[in-house]
Amino acid sequence: MSATDFDSTTSSAGQADTETRPVPFRGGGFKPIDIRFVGLGVFVVLIAFWEWGSRSGFISSLVLPAPSEAFEAFMDLARSGDLGRHLAASLRRLVIGFVCGTTLGLIVGMLIGLNSIARAGLAPLVSAIFPIPKIALLPLFIIWFGIGEGSKVATILFGSFFPTVIATYSGIDGVDRTLIRMGQSFGLGRMAIIRKIVFPATLPAILSGMRISASISIILLVAAEMIGAEYGIGAYVLLAGNLMSTDQLIAGVAMLSILGLIVNFLISRAEKYLLSWRS
Amino acid sequence: MQLRVQSLSHYYGPLEILSDINFTIGEGEIVCVIGPSGCGKSTLLRMLGGLEQPTSGQILEVGRPPEGSLNPLTYVFQDFALLPWRTVHGNISLVLEGHGLDKADIDARIADVLERTRLSDFVNAIPKQLSGGMKQRVAIARALAVDPAVLLMDEPLSALDSQTRELLMADLIGLWTRERFAACYITHNLNEAVRLGHHVVVLSRRPGKIREIVQIDIPLEDRDMSDPKMAKLQQDLWNMMREEALDADRELTT
Repeated sequence: MSATDFDSTTSSAGQADTETRPVPFRGGGFKPIDIRFVGLGVFVVLIAFWEWGSRSGFISSLVLPAPSEAFEAFMDLARSGDLGRHLAASLRRLVIGFVCGTTLGLIVGMLIGLNSIARAGLAPLVSAIFPIPKIALLPLFIIWFGIGEGSKVATILFGSFFPTVIATYSGIDGVDRTLIRMGQSFGLGRMAIIRKIVFPATLPAILSGMRISASISIILLVAAEMIGAEYGIGAYVLLAGNLMSTDQLIAGVAMLSILGLIVNFLISRAEKYLLSWRS
Repeated sequence: MQLRVQSLSHYYGPLEILSDINFTIGEGEIVCVIGPSGCGKSTLLRMLGGLEQPTSGQILEVGRPPEGSLNPLTYVFQDFALLPWRTVHGNISLVLEGHGLDKADIDARIADVLERTRLSDFVNAIPKQLSGGMKQRVAIARALAVDPAVLLMDEPLSALDSQTRELLMADLIGLWTRERFAACYITHNLNEAVRLGHHVVVLSRRPGKIREIVQIDIPLEDRDMSDPKMAKLQQDLWNMMREEALDADRELTT
């Protein structure tokens, strides 16, 4: 009975409405697709437009020099030999400050993450100092560490220290407890659990913290170099600004942008290499 | 070595979780513990291996663990607990390092245990490349590598789909008939309990009390679910648990 019912409904439906159409597609979208060369294209078009604007007088050279002029300023800098000196001074400060800040940050972060007393004592302090813009402390650092390299390195060190501490201990908090329990259940010692389970599991958080602290370091580098530095990209940019030589200023800013891109690229490579196990 | 649970009770604050639990896991014997969710099964298992301390009562190791056992009480976890950054080889060597074994000895043990669990082809795979069933096989291999006296298995098949579960259950039965390991096997799946347990401990709902310990005399390798005796056993267990499970289901979590 029910079978005939089913048959009759389908056949009557077939007679009443023989129109057939495919189910319309409603999914898709909202998912970024990798499109290559578009980003590069935007760059090229923008710079070409800028160059054209400058040459045709549409953009006043007083307001914004042509990219070619900025490039010429850069070549001048390279020919004079000052480029190496500026870069060397900046990179030295950046590397020393960043490496020391990150290393100390890792140690303190590990301490806070693994020891309840350290957490109770230091975590509030870190939270209190972290939001202070370290540029505001620069005058203080100059009094403490001198107008020379000391204050500049200290600024970068402080700037990269706090984000690393926070990234490290929140990374440790996020370690899968079942992995730690597994280690304990097999009788692994505390040091072995920290070294073989906790640290590798925290590495993703540490690396993404590093991304943040690296860009903070570059910002602080320039700020610190704007006070009492003879060489350094920041000093070069400041001097160019004071002399109203906008072509040099643009060249300096472009160098900073490239520096940032290189640092980002290096961290991405490190992530790819160290975190290939992530699914 | 036997493992004996003696008048064990446990509280979380004022809340009684487990009440007066007594049973023994004999040598070469699988004891399944079943009970509705929230009856304290997993807590009990954590106590058996010393990961948690009971409020009162004790857990006793009776007799010496086998010669060369690196970790007499060894867990197999529900969610495998493999380190995702280590290969299969690395995950097993993790639990062998720190026992003063030299590298050749460690490698030999790993090769042996992978042979026994038929995983030799996967030595260099990392967990994200493995299916759930394979991950649990690796976890079982890791547990066997330390020559345990008693395996403590916390719903080892619950995270797997039903086909994989069936395959792994057959593997476990095969492994047991070859190696005669002792185990405490926590599950909420009655079928697993009936097929793997020499004894089935039925816990009641909170506070977890032993309702009954059912002995199953049919040898593991001869258990066939088409046997009416097996079906009846499973039905009996279900009748025992039905009310409790119903109540547990309707309870608001606190």
